[in-house]
Amino acid sequence: MSVLPIRRQTMVEGDIDLSKLERRLREPRTLINAALNWLVAGLTVLAMVPLFSVIFMLLWRGGQRLGIALFTELPPGAGMVGGGIGNALLGTVIMVGIATLLSVPVGILGGIYLAEFGPNTKTASVVRFAAKVLTGLPSVIAGVFVYALVVTTMGTFSALAGGVALSILMLPTIILTAEDAIRMVPHRMREAAIGMGCTQTQAILKVILPTARPGILTGVMLAVARAAGETAPLLFTALFSDYWIRRLHEPSASLAVIIYDFSGQPYPNLIEIAWAASLVLVLIVLGLNIAAQFYLRKSFTK
Amino acid sequence: MDTHDHAPTPATIKPAAPAPVPANGAHANGNGNGHSIVEVKLKALYYGSFKAVRDTDLAIKRNAITAFIGPSGCGKSTVLRSINRMNDLVRGFRFDGHIHFRGRDIYDTKIDPVAVRRHIGMVFQQPNPFAMSIYRNVTFGLRLNGYKGNIQDKVEQALRGSALWDEVKEKLHQSGLALSGGQQQRLCIARAIATEPEVLLMDEPCSALDPVATRKIEELMLELKKRFTIITVTHNLQQAKRVADMTGFLYVDTTQGARTGYLVEYGPTEGIFNDPKEKHTKDYIQGAFS
Repeated sequence: MSVLPIRRQTMVEGDIDLSKLERRLREPRTLINAALNWLVAGLTVLAMVPLFSVIFMLLWRGGQRLGIALFTELPPGAGMVGGGIGNALLGTVIMVGIATLLSVPVGILGGIYLAEFGPNTKTASVVRFAAKVLTGLPSVIAGVFVYALVVTTMGTFSALAGGVALSILMLPTIILTAEDAIRMVPHRMREAAIGMGCTQTQAILKVILPTARPGILTGVMLAVARAAGETAPLLFTALFSDYWIRRLHEPSASLAVIIYDFSGQPYPNLIEIAWAASLVLVLIVLGLNIAAQFYLRKSFTK
Repeated sequence: MDTHDHAPTPATIKPAAPAPVPANGAHANGNGNGHSIVEVKLKALYYGSFKAVRDTDLAIKRNAITAFIGPSGCGKSTVLRSINRMNDLVRGFRFDGHIHFRGRDIYDTKIDPVAVRRHIGMVFQQPNPFAMSIYRNVTFGLRLNGYKGNIQDKVEQALRGSALWDEVKEKLHQSGLALSGGQQQRLCIARAIATEPEVLLMDEPCSALDPVATRKIEELMLELKKRFTIITVTHNLQQAKRVADMTGFLYVDTTQGARTGYLVEYGPTEGIFNDPKEKHTKDYIQGAFS
């Protein structure tokens, strides 16, 4: 009772031509399909080339200086040997820390407002629009703004001003991701909380925020990763320092600025230091991104 | 004793009927009366300009299961959610009428809806445990109320009360979301009863569950009515027949272009199913069973 031998001639009316089910390699749509599949795969690989070549380059050029001295010593002077990026790393950590302290509370409270209190009000749509515009704000503008606002009034470049500038860049990301994360909390959780006799504040603090936490943390980490790599705002605010930071209201070194500064110097030792600083910075940003992914994934599988 | 004389007269179908207070509805004395713990006197319920429910009067018997049945859109869930003021969350919600809980009108402006919900608990259609451990789900209401006694005992008591203890006693600190749907629903019941509310509202508690889990919840409801007053909404007429002592049939009036639900008939379940007085009730029950 094989079907194949009876092919086209003896087909019962209304029956289907089963020979059509066979795979035919020369059919145009098969060829087009295969070609497009290869094209997509090829372009995907191409898209990853920049990232991996940057990482490879950094490991190759910056990897040789990786060591304890890099993290503990001060930057070398012109023509000197050795040295490290200790004060720059510390400066970046302190300034990103200041920026996080400033932007996280404001950002999360803003996100709560947008998601919970006035999702459809005029105020909310204005705030949301402002945050979206601010996301695309060129970072140099944030630097100039804080220069005028903080540096000129304090009369000095400072780590504090650097932190303020970075916080302006972090704020919109945190607001928008916090709003999204809070909106993603299922409505039935809200109902459960209210049904248990929570006030709105209790529902938000005890149920909604804990449920949205992985999403909020993801946003914070992405914002921190972005801030850690910013150079332009720091040139106008924290400037640079060859020494360990002692007070928040004095200039401070940072990884981004040391890379910017040393990579243009004619001394091989300084250029090596710049490569090493680049590697450290990329590893920090990469680590934060991976951690953010991890948290986000956790929120979906839990 | 006076057997069924607290069941109010069925609301008439004519919209013009002035929804009379049941002659025997002696609610105004501040303590409620012996049998009814909740008395609904709903004249009209609006969402914005949409009139969702009208003329629904009934008295809920203490320590009994009352079921609301009726076609989709008849407002049975809406009426249920008015009883602990959950509808307050809905924009444009307006309630014209009274609901007395132990003689106090919970729609009085002096009443705090949050406090009402701590006495009238709720179980929802979709199981909705919080994204925290089983233990913390159960203790949620206790912590909210600042309970000072032995929390451990309360957790066991609530989980035994919802017939879940044996299944979860080994894993109290695992996430409540890792349980099966039926277990999640029983966890939600445990969470609701842990604070010992007087009334438990159950909004189609089995509609997301398979038959075995449904059976368990039904058995649980029969057990729980010894301690609580249960008001439930169900699409499943067999379920109403199996568990409910009293049944209210709501119907949706589409004659005037609007879709406004109202209470057609209310009384002991047997009477509603075997000897319905109203034509709509008869049609619905026969249609659903044939």
